[in-house]
Amino acid sequence: MTSAYELTDIRHSYGDRCVVDIPTLSVRSGEILGLVGPSGAGKSTLLRLLNFLETPTTGSIAYAGAEIDGDVSLATRRDVTTVFQRPMLLRRSVAANVRIGLNLRGVETKDRSTERWLDRLGLTDLADAPARTLSAGEAQRVAFARALVVEPSVLLLDEPTGNLDPYNVGLLEEIVRSDSAERGTTVVVVTHDVFQARRLADRTGLMVSGRMIELAETRAFFSTPQRPETAAFVRGDLLM
Amino acid sequence: METLGRAFADALGLLWGLDAALLETVGLTLRVTLVALTIALVLGIPIGAAIGLARHLPGRWLLVPLIYTGMGLPPVTVGLFTYLLLSNQGPLGGLGWLFTPAGMIVAQTIIAFPLVVGLTMAAVQGVDPNLPIQMLSLGATRRQVATVTLLEARVGVTAAVVAAYGAIISEVGAVMLVGGNIEGETRVLTTAIVLETRKGNFALALALGIILLALAFLTNFAFHRLQVHQGVR
Repeated sequence: MTSAYELTDIRHSYGDRCVVDIPTLSVRSGEILGLVGPSGAGKSTLLRLLNFLETPTTGSIAYAGAEIDGDVSLATRRDVTTVFQRPMLLRRSVAANVRIGLNLRGVETKDRSTERWLDRLGLTDLADAPARTLSAGEAQRVAFARALVVEPSVLLLDEPTGNLDPYNVGLLEEIVRSDSAERGTTVVVVTHDVFQARRLADRTGLMVSGRMIELAETRAFFSTPQRPETAAFVRGDLLM
Repeated sequence: METLGRAFADALGLLWGLDAALLETVGLTLRVTLVALTIALVLGIPIGAAIGLARHLPGRWLLVPLIYTGMGLPPVTVGLFTYLLLSNQGPLGGLGWLFTPAGMIVAQTIIAFPLVVGLTMAAVQGVDPNLPIQMLSLGATRRQVATVTLLEARVGVTAAVVAAYGAIISEVGAVMLVGGNIEGETRVLTTAIVLETRKGNFALALALGIILLALAFLTNFAFHRLQVHQGVR
């Protein structure tokens, strides 16, 4: 199986504080990788590194088999996108927000992809509505549509359903599953919700204090955790 | 009160029969205003946006209060400064711009520029700080992030345009000093009002005042329609 990412000796610090410390991590192409762990474990920082929004202090990242050094090419950057917990939607219509990634790429938007994604996320009736008037669930659906319309090879999700109702959670998880299955999209999903990782992920990793404590097939991660921290986290105990 | 009433009636009469000299004054006012406004916007919007986006700019602690001071520059001081700059002994005396519309445009641009920079900067700073990282994540280049941010701040940027326009078209001290209020050459509505009032031609002065207000209102009405339209989306 090929790798989407190969991380080697990654350490990332803000000032003196090391927030990510990962000697080795391989993200498989086409998998859904879940990352769980307490707040401040470095999960979101890791996602920013994977989206090339920050450069690791030390260590190397290979993407799609090629070592990333220095400036990341625009093409590589445009291969990856993130859906954030709180999407920042533009003061434009819903459809214009969904189209933004295509506009940035200078893609002709006459094709039907915008309409298709609006439809898939149940936003067709809201297409002309101002995006700033949407509910949290609708706004996050717009964020998923604008991320997927550009057909990224890698979809990074940072607490994507953090404060949404079960209907929207179910809808968005189904979108992630089907997009990954249909297009082979690699997905890395950071979540507080261990049950979401269990429902969605092929493999799950536990991060605590910047380190990957355990990474295993999701079934094994939950049924036969190898580390006491994992066992405690899976049980629902609080990890500091 | 009687004077005002009669002046008003006469002013309406004068407006009815707009003469060539009056039209020329209105034309020059619009020309000077639009050219100065355009220069101030072309220079001021990108600079204001850049300062607004560069939240960790070194020297920002000094730059921002300087810009705010510039927003309240006394026009007559700018006029004096421009006069000295353009006078025969001044560094730009060779241009021969003193007592010409070009000189007036220089003074007006100096007055409007800090307004555009300051208000654009404030508008850009008001945009959600999460915008840059989310746009980068969607594949934007740095330049595209700046463009999207300016478009997000468009209601505030329109306010910068409105403020600059108002400052220029209503300004009198600087254009009086630098232009000299020469009939047929550098006379604009505001300086004409000063002159006609001094001569006791209240009706004409009032007619000019009404035209000035009408120009300001019509333009601001148009800007406001634009803002309302933008606010919806």
